[in-house]
Amino acid sequence: MLNSRAFTATAALLCFTAFGASPASADGEVNVYTYRETKLIQPLFDAFTKDTGVKVNVVSASSGLEQRMKAEGANSPADVLLTVDIGRIDEAVQADVTQPIKSVVIDEIVPAQYRDPDGHWAGISMRARVIYASKDRVKQDKITYEELADPKWKGKICIRSGQHIYNNGLFAAYTAKYGEAKAEEWLKGVKANLAQKPSGGDREAARDVAAGKCDIGIGNTYYWALMMNNDPEKKPWAEATKVILPTFEGGGTHVNLSGVLLAKHAPNKANGVKLIEWLAGEKAQQIYADSNYEYPVRAGVAVNPTIAGYGKLTADPLPIAKIAANRKAASTLVDKVGFDN
Amino acid sequence: MTRTTRSGRIAASIAVATAVLVAAPVISIIALAMQPAPDVWQPLIEYVLPRSLLDTALLLGGVAALSLAIGTGTAWAISLHEFRGRQMLLWLVPLPLAIPTYLAAYVYVDLFEPLGLVHRTLSLWLPLQDAVRVLPNLRSLPGAILVIALVLYPYVYLSARTMFQFQSAEFTEAAKTLGAGRWTTFWRISLPMARPALAVGIALVSLETLNDIGASEYLGVRTLTVSVFTTWLNRGSLAGAAQLSCFMLAIVAGLIAIERYGRRNVTTEFSAESPRLTQRTTLAGIKGGLAFAACLLPVCLGFLVPLLYLAHQSFKRGLFANFDMALWRDAFNSVAFASLATLAALLLGFATILAWRWRPNRLRFVAMNIAQLGYTLPGLVLALGLLAPVLAIDNALNALAASLGRSLPGLVMVGSGAAVVIAYVIRFLAVPTGFIKAGFERIPRDYDDSARAVGAGQTTTMRLIHLPLLRPAMLGAVIVVFVDCLKELPATLLLRPLNVETLATSIYQYASRGSFEEGALAALLIVAASIGPVAWLTRFSDIPSGPA
Repeated sequence: MLNSRAFTATAALLCFTAFGASPASADGEVNVYTYRETKLIQPLFDAFTKDTGVKVNVVSASSGLEQRMKAEGANSPADVLLTVDIGRIDEAVQADVTQPIKSVVIDEIVPAQYRDPDGHWAGISMRARVIYASKDRVKQDKITYEELADPKWKGKICIRSGQHIYNNGLFAAYTAKYGEAKAEEWLKGVKANLAQKPSGGDREAARDVAAGKCDIGIGNTYYWALMMNNDPEKKPWAEATKVILPTFEGGGTHVNLSGVLLAKHAPNKANGVKLIEWLAGEKAQQIYADSNYEYPVRAGVAVNPTIAGYGKLTADPLPIAKIAANRKAASTLVDKVGFDN
Repeated sequence: MTRTTRSGRIAASIAVATAVLVAAPVISIIALAMQPAPDVWQPLIEYVLPRSLLDTALLLGGVAALSLAIGTGTAWAISLHEFRGRQMLLWLVPLPLAIPTYLAAYVYVDLFEPLGLVHRTLSLWLPLQDAVRVLPNLRSLPGAILVIALVLYPYVYLSARTMFQFQSAEFTEAAKTLGAGRWTTFWRISLPMARPALAVGIALVSLETLNDIGASEYLGVRTLTVSVFTTWLNRGSLAGAAQLSCFMLAIVAGLIAIERYGRRNVTTEFSAESPRLTQRTTLAGIKGGLAFAACLLPVCLGFLVPLLYLAHQSFKRGLFANFDMALWRDAFNSVAFASLATLAALLLGFATILAWRWRPNRLRFVAMNIAQLGYTLPGLVLALGLLAPVLAIDNALNALAASLGRSLPGLVMVGSGAAVVIAYVIRFLAVPTGFIKAGFERIPRDYDDSARAVGAGQTTTMRLIHLPLLRPAMLGAVIVVFVDCLKELPATLLLRPLNVETLATSIYQYASRGSFEEGALAALLIVAASIGPVAWLTRFSDIPSGPA
């Protein structure tokens, strides 16, 4: 079957793959597992390498990284885990794959509300879950999350899957505030107001408003800014809508965190802590704010003008840890009311 | 056939080792499922399972029916008829194989979305709001059936074609002399004879559909696979997800049993006395034109539309001009992983079937069936199941190095990408085993006996008789596995080493940011890398019309 040339080629490939293996621990390196897309996070890592001379190795995935770390155990090459939301932070801590960061720098910079009391994680950027409302058809400039269940919005709301982590975070916050029974009632109300079956992503919510399928869409703060500033094709979607920062009655706007954790068996622990501290530093926070339009966690770093244009953000005071604790309940409620059906 | 030879023992050992390899992640998943997941099942049974079972059943049934219709129809037209443009169709019709289901879903949603190309065209005649109302919603069960079947039908086409074109002329001619028309011959003779091949094709399509997570999730169909995913992620219950996976395995076992039952008592060996093949009927004029158009339509929808759309996006965004060199590296990784996995899967699959052919006994039968199980594991679940055994090896290596006082090698299997290749092999082993088994079934045992009568040993028989006759089946398997590996996403995402991206993971990153068009060039590269092998396959699959 195999002629000699094919055999040589195969052997060469095998060798290539085998020698491609890199040792877990090396001077001047740090290994990062991340849920952030490489393209987004790479500018930050490049700047870090330039500043410190420490090389960053990356694996990015959309799921299962903490399970991989758990399975890899003591030999895991991971030093740092970067998440895009609170759910994954919680999962990593539950999976026992992290250790306290122990950094006075982090303790000083990151507000207590956005840090783990035990030091296992810290938030490094924030986004709010907001409303993209039709400029033409929505007169209101203020909306509460509670109001989304009001029958006056019947057939007018567009939203992505209720099981998506961003919605899961919002629904978990609602559950944490009001309890399961009230949250179920509210979800039923929101479901009854949907213009279509939940689908697509946050951008599509703006698009469907622009196309007249619905009047309000639910999305994260940064998508709107990205469409407005970085994507000429989708600019009309953003232009047809205005961003309203909704609040809970008597509370603030729901925010979610991108978090950072130190791996339990980090082979390059010192470099891991160095990276975490650097990410909370002024330079990194400014890159975060300007390249992905997120709210910095550090005081004194300017919010990008597009984001600032939404109005002043008053983040809901509910502790992040409490929201995370209600994730499963919220996920079950979504199934119970058939939100996605 | 009673004495076990050395080569027989080797083949049998490989068969058993292969079965162990495939069984490892399954066992590991079963072990995970043994852990209690008390707060998971009650809500699942109450709110999720009824709906997702129904959706899964409808999706599987719909995709199977549609791809059966398209695949058999095109295979029959092309194998048993001669018409203008047939040569071109030979390599065009299988091409949708080059399009991953998730890509097809991204493209079609983009085309039919509000303010998308179709909507904007419609709004030339209709007001914007009315145009949006007449737009078909692809994010629905019918939408998912259509999109998935349009890219998976070649599995049916390829297996049906192999069968149709080797059909002995005596049957069809007998039918003709008894006054049967072309259609009657098709329904009463060709189709029943092709049943085993169709069963293989449908099984592949169904398993591929069941495994798919990208497309069905994107199109809003909550299948069991999607339920496994959300159970694991949002409820943080790996045990619950593993239990659901076991449940899926049971369903798949049922599907396989049905397939076996459908193939019972069917002899497909072609007649040893008169291996004369059916002469292709010539379709002239309008009939030929119609046949050509009918075969071209699925190619346009399943291949040309996505391809042109991707090319258009790449041009429009200047992706060709600002070519990202990282893409070459991603492409190289994709091809390297896929080649290694294909080679390994082919060798293991061949050895497994050979062991059964040479000396059918219960052990080898079991081994052969286990080898085909990997296909039933969703990529994500397979990757999770694989982590434990693979890391056990890695950790053992580290312990060994430590005891010898050597420096620790780190995670060798995961760190080198070997884990990705192993995952591919397990996942796609069913393809070579299925193809080769079907191929062997067409080789009469008489051939083996005659060879032995003239003193040829098993290995000689294999070399001189089996391998040449199996060539189409093997080439088919190679192409399908290679292309499948290029497209594989969830296992690659989870098991790839630091700093390694493949084309699929690169596109996925764009898509998860909601702007997959920016990954259009990477998508084009996957398609381009797959076109070659798929076209190559068709070069070998056509045979001259009738006896030379």
